[in-house]
Amino acid sequence: MADSGERRIVVSIRNAAKSYLRGSQVVPVLEDLSFEIFHGEFLALMGPSGSGKSTLLNLIAGIDSVDSGSIVVDGVDIATLGERELADWRAAHVGFIFQFYNLIPVLTAFENVELPLLLTPLGRRERREHVLAALEVVGLADRMEHYPSQLSGGQQQRVAIARAVVSDPSILVADEPTGDLDRVSAEEILHLMAQLNSAFGKTIIMVTHDPRAAEKAHTVRHLEKGVLSDVPS
Amino acid sequence: MFLLKLLTRNALRHRLRTGLTILGITIAILAFGLLRTVVSAWYAGVNASSAARLISRNAISLTFSLPLSYLERIRQVEGVKSVSYANWFGGIYITEKNFFPNFAVEPKSYFELYPEFVLSPEDKRAFLADRKGCVVGRRLAERFGWKVGDSITLKGTIFPGTWEFVLRGIYRGAEKSTDENQFFFQWDYLNETLKKTAARRADQLGVIILGLKNPQTAAETSLAVDARFKNSLAETLTETEKAFQLSFVSMTEAIVVAIRIVSYVVIVIIMAVVANTMAMTARERIGEYAIFKAMGFRGYYIAGMVFGESLFISMTGCAVGIVLTFPVAARFGKIMGAFFPVFQVERSTLYLDVAFCLVVGLVAAVFPTWRAVRIGIADGLRRIG
Ligand SMILES: Nc1ncnc2c1ncn2[C@@H]1O[C@H](COP(=O)(O)OP(=O)(O)OP(=O)(O)O)[C@@H](O)[C@H]1O
Ligand SMILES: [Mg+2]
Repeated sequence: MADSGERRIVVSIRNAAKSYLRGSQVVPVLEDLSFEIFHGEFLALMGPSGSGKSTLLNLIAGIDSVDSGSIVVDGVDIATLGERELADWRAAHVGFIFQFYNLIPVLTAFENVELPLLLTPLGRRERREHVLAALEVVGLADRMEHYPSQLSGGQQQRVAIARAVVSDPSILVADEPTGDLDRVSAEEILHLMAQLNSAFGKTIIMVTHDPRAAEKAHTVRHLEKGVLSDVPS
Repeated sequence: MFLLKLLTRNALRHRLRTGLTILGITIAILAFGLLRTVVSAWYAGVNASSAARLISRNAISLTFSLPLSYLERIRQVEGVKSVSYANWFGGIYITEKNFFPNFAVEPKSYFELYPEFVLSPEDKRAFLADRKGCVVGRRLAERFGWKVGDSITLKGTIFPGTWEFVLRGIYRGAEKSTDENQFFFQWDYLNETLKKTAARRADQLGVIILGLKNPQTAAETSLAVDARFKNSLAETLTETEKAFQLSFVSMTEAIVVAIRIVSYVVIVIIMAVVANTMAMTARERIGEYAIFKAMGFRGYYIAGMVFGESLFISMTGCAVGIVLTFPVAARFGKIMGAFFPVFQVERSTLYLDVAFCLVVGLVAAVFPTWRAVRIGIADGLRRIG
């Protein structure tokens, strides 16, 4: 990673601070945090429970806002965007992978993957092509008519990954993507994510408790008491 | 299109809950439609009344009568073309449950003043020729299976005794709103019997009906009639047939008002029920809404999902309710035929049904939408798992 100076920065966080109100008490979670994420990087964020990993991920993904500081993604300071602009920005730039897959239960695998494309100008046929391609990548093209309840946890998470990449976002954020899976399924998911990273050059930011998950990443960073430290891999 | 697919599938997610809510709306719409129809049926007699007729009665109350001698004096009042008279008989056919209005009338002039009771010339002739003859409306005849020539016995209440009649004719209404449930017989039959049994009550008229030369002079004529009998033993109260009918209805105005209020209360209740269903639904889906929002779907899209589902439920209930209103009203009208000669669902009721269901659907969605749109994405996502 010594040659990182030549690599493009996708996410740049400068002096970010975030605190929550618990009753009348202010609970600081992140204080004066600064770091960069490079294009094509596979970053694992680790740290004890309650250290603010999800909070940091949400800030980068634009679903929560900083109290102060800036978060620049692909040249845009998202801290300055209004709610609507931010929604459009997320649709174009962020793919989400959650711990509990979070598929819409009344929609088939195909329809779930199609969701992000409904916010693009793509026509029906193009959407279909994109959805099939994404399902192909995660190896579930034959299950596209299945509803989430008819799929295993691992399969559901693969559909969720297809949904996250179908609109070709700049970054993929994953909050404990293997947290609810058995070991074999977790392996598959991690393998798939590593493949998306290496073969398709996707920038991935993954929060995890699982050391095996962290092994797949290029970079592992440790968040504790609001301070980020590199863990040599 | 996608939104439509999504919201119908969402609505069918809890089949029992959605089904019960739709059932509730259906019943509310049915109840509302029936109650409104009852109210309008109540006023049907009023609306069918003629402006060309005045009714004169004893000023004290309807239970007091007027002497027969008034008839000629009223006939001489300026503007009066013809007069007739009638007594409410109050007879019972077998049991009280078989209620229908029955009157002793002066047959010739009465049917001339009420051209809406259409009687064939033969029937009319037969009726006039038989002192104990009677004439009934088509629906009343159907109700008891009476045919011309049948003997009918009424038990007197106001005028005690057993009264025998022979059915001489069946009239039908000229208009849809004409009451075909009435029973008429000759006033002379009543009067002659009274002369023998209760002479004191003979030669008394319940109401005198006045045909006007010109409906425009109704006000002047009624004043002139009442002035003529001012300070006499039996003062008169003369009013248009409409006002007279209304005075009947207004005796029970409180009931009508109560029915009206209940019909609106039903709508308010169902609004609360649907609002509760939608609040429960939206609370369960907060996490899903957060997922949509995270993916970049804006607030109006979430609002569309909630409002759409709410309207889907309320309008389905509305449609089923409207479709059922007709057969149920027909059945109800049949059972209540004696009280409501005209029992028809008005078009305005259907418009109100649709309007109320729209309002119910929209109002029920307001609060859940507000919550769903307002909640932060991170907060919404935290509720999953
Ligand atoms: N909306 C909120 N209101 C109040 N406090 C919050 C809120 N969200 C997070 N917190 C607090 O902020 C801190 C960091 O939370 P966060 O979810 O980022 O931790 P985490 O590192 O992801 O933990 P875990 O590994 O358990 O998921 C915790 O102490 C949490 O209680
Ligand atoms: Mg977390």
